Parts: sequence; structure tokens; C-alpha cells
Amino acid sequence: MDSESGPADKPSGGAEELEALVSTTDVELLKRAWRNEKAAPEILRFETHLIDRVAGQLQLMEETVDDFVETGIDPLTVSLYQMDLDRTQFLLRSYLRVRLQKIEKFMFHILKTNELHDRLSKQEKNFTRRYSEVIGKHLEESVLLNLPDNYQSLLRQSTTSEEDDMVPEPQMDAFVVCRAREYVGPSELQDSNKSLATDLLMEMEPGELFFIPFKRIKKLLENGKVDLV
Amino acid sequence: MAVQSEPDYSLFTAQEIEFVAEDELIEIVPNMRMDPLNLICGDFGPFLPQIAAQVPLWLAVALKKRGKCTIRPPEWMSVEKLTHVLEAERDSEREFQSLPFHYVEISRLLFDHARDDIPDGYMVRSLTEDIRDVRFHKVQSSLESFDGRTSAVQIKSLSAMEVNIVRPFVARALQSFQKLDSLLPDTDSMPNNQPQQADKAAKGRRVLRGR
Repeated sequence: MDSESGPADKPSGGAEELEALVSTTDVELLKRAWRNEKAAPEILRFETHLIDRVAGQLQLMEETVDDFVETGIDPLTVSLYQMDLDRTQFLLRSYLRVRLQKIEKFMFHILKTNELHDRLSKQEKNFTRRYSEVIGKHLEESVLLNLPDNYQSLLRQSTTSEEDDMVPEPQMDAFVVCRAREYVGPSELQDSNKSLATDLLMEMEPGELFFIPFKRIKKLLENGKVDLV
Repeated sequence: MAVQSEPDYSLFTAQEIEFVAEDELIEIVPNMRMDPLNLICGDFGPFLPQIAAQVPLWLAVALKKRGKCTIRPPEWMSVEKLTHVLEAERDSEREFQSLPFHYVEISRLLFDHARDDIPDGYMVRSLTEDIRDVRFHKVQSSLESFDGRTSAVQIKSLSAMEVNIVRPFVARALQSFQKLDSLLPDTDSMPNNQPQQADKAAKGRRVLRGR
């Protein structure tokens, strides 16, 4: 939570480039990113390179379709290209939108947590800052400033609160459904802060599905060893 | 209160699941000639009359709608295969037979758009529906075995639609179990002096009835 990790798009780059070489299309990768993002309680790292590539392809394809229309190519072919374009656009929009929803919900938490803030794209950082300013101002003017002095904080219930107890945080122990992409051993699945006496030794074979608390597979998700479904 | 906190975006809609399923590849037999398509999602074709080609399901359906091809149903969508699966599903209490992850969506899309391409369509349809029912029943009865100690549940070959339908309930139930369990005194640390507590932890229901 307190780590000051490096630039937003560094760690995912290598693995992602490698994936792209192994003949997975960017659409596949985007679909995976979209599903993971939708299913994860917290905001995940923005897929900078992938989104750049997809946006580029979309633009190229739009131009191609326009050319087709002008040169009078078979309308069936054009409509198929258009469908493909629509599908990819939908994925991209939905991906960005899910992230915005999470930002809107958890903005104060994201703003005070470096690790999360670093995961956002440049535009998202901008959005977070401006949106939180506007909302903060609105809440102050309409509610907080009319309350007794002790209760005017945006982030705390009252001045006696010891921490920011009015900041919504993602539920890290929420159960998610994940699918292993490769073998995962028992040691990779345990969460350190809980007594594990009752925990069964558990492992995952590729392709197997599990209901499991998000925090236990968070690292695995970041390393691309599991996907959320 | 707790019911409301489920964020909308963690769930997929049925349409979204279907959207994902539409990317599954399927074989078509075109009846026209068309140049290769270099789509964002991949390259497909060239298309020649009577020569089978692999395309994503959405593309197959689009061509089918325009009468440009017939769709070859996947191998598992035959009366023989499905009868076998259904029998096996019924025979085993806990195990799920392996079907494609998107079998519900694929079969529905094909029934909706390519009914005439499925041999024994009526039988196939009722078999898939039976299989689905049996599997759902099995999911429901396996839910009864969860308790507070359930830290993770393996769901071996549940399909996409099945996962999506049981997810809100199962995820919430598991989380509540864990929460309730963590509120109870640690039964391992006080082995003998409070047997009732251990009993309560194991079977919450008994508490309600009194001793």
C-alpha cells in the first residue's frame, strides 16, 4: 500500500510484448484485460501499450472502411469489416468505462494510495484529480460546511476519527472467479496475514476455475498466471 | 444493506457473455466467393463455394443471415455426444462433464440463427436444455456444502453462463460465511472447555433452535 513504485506502464510492458509475439491478437488481450478489469474489485494497471496499439488499429480500420465505401467494394464485405470494427470499439469503450466507474467510486482512496494512483493512465489521473476537486467542493458547499465544526471533514466522520473512515475502499476479500493459465502451487495462493491452520493445501491446474477471495490471487493476476472470469 | 454493496460492474450481463462467446471459432461452408478478410480480430478466408472455412461465430451468423453459408455445428452438438453427456451428468452427483466453456451461448446462437443446419435440431435442443437443468441442479446442491472454512471453491468445468448466474449469490455467501466465522471465537485455541462453541461454529443452524 505504501510503496512508491515506478512509472505506470513499466512492469506490464515486457510480458505483454512477449504475449503479442505468441500470436495472440490484441483483441484477445484487450478482451482479457476487460474481463479482468470488470471482475476485479480494485482498479488494475492501465494497459498502456495495448490500448495504444488497439486505438491505432481502430483508426486504421476506420480509414480502410471509409476507403471501401468510396471505392464501391461489395457492401457485404464492408458490413463485415464494420461489424469487426464495432466489436473492437465496444470492448475498448467498455474497458475505459469500467475504469472510470471505479475511479469515481474510489477516487479518494486512489488519490491517497500511491500504488493505485500509479496504475492510472495520464488522462485518468487528470480525471481523478479534477473529479475529486469538483465533488469535494460540491459536498463541502452543500453539506459539510453546514455541519458542526467537528464533522466538516470530507474524509472523516468526525475529528475524533483516527483514520479516514469515510473513504470507500474496494473489498479485497470479495470472492472472484478465476481461471488458472498455468500451474499454481499452494505456496503462491496463501495470504500471509491469516492463520492458515484451517486452510487446505490448494493448487490450481491450468484451465481450472475457482471461487476465491481476490486478495489471494491479486499477485497471480498481476503476473498473468490467472485470469478472472 | 449488504445486498446493495455489490458493484454493478463486477458482473457481466448475459449480452456481454454472449458477445464473448461470439468470438469462438466455428466451421462454415460458404456458397459464394469472397476475398480474405483482414479483420482486427484476425485474418479469415478466402471464401470459396463448398470449401469449409473457420470463422468466428459472429461472422458465421452474419453470413448465415444473408444466406451466404451453412454452419457446421461443432462436434459436441450431436444427439449422440449430448446423450452421452446427459447420462454422465445424471450418473454422477458432483462431477461436471466437460463441455465447451460457452456451450450455452453457442448452442443458443446456433438454434436462433442456423436451426436448419443442425441435424436433429429438436432433439439437440432439448438435450442441451436438459443438460443445463441437471447441471444447475447440481450447482445448487453443491452450494449446501459451503461453510465458514471454505476459503476457496473449485468449480471444475462450469460454463461461462453458469458461472455468471451463480456468481452473485455464491460470492456473497462465501464472503458472509467468512465474515461470520471470523467473528466467532477461535475454536482451535480453546479445544475442550467450550465444546458448544465449536459446535456452533460447525453448524450455525443449531444455534437457532436452542439446545
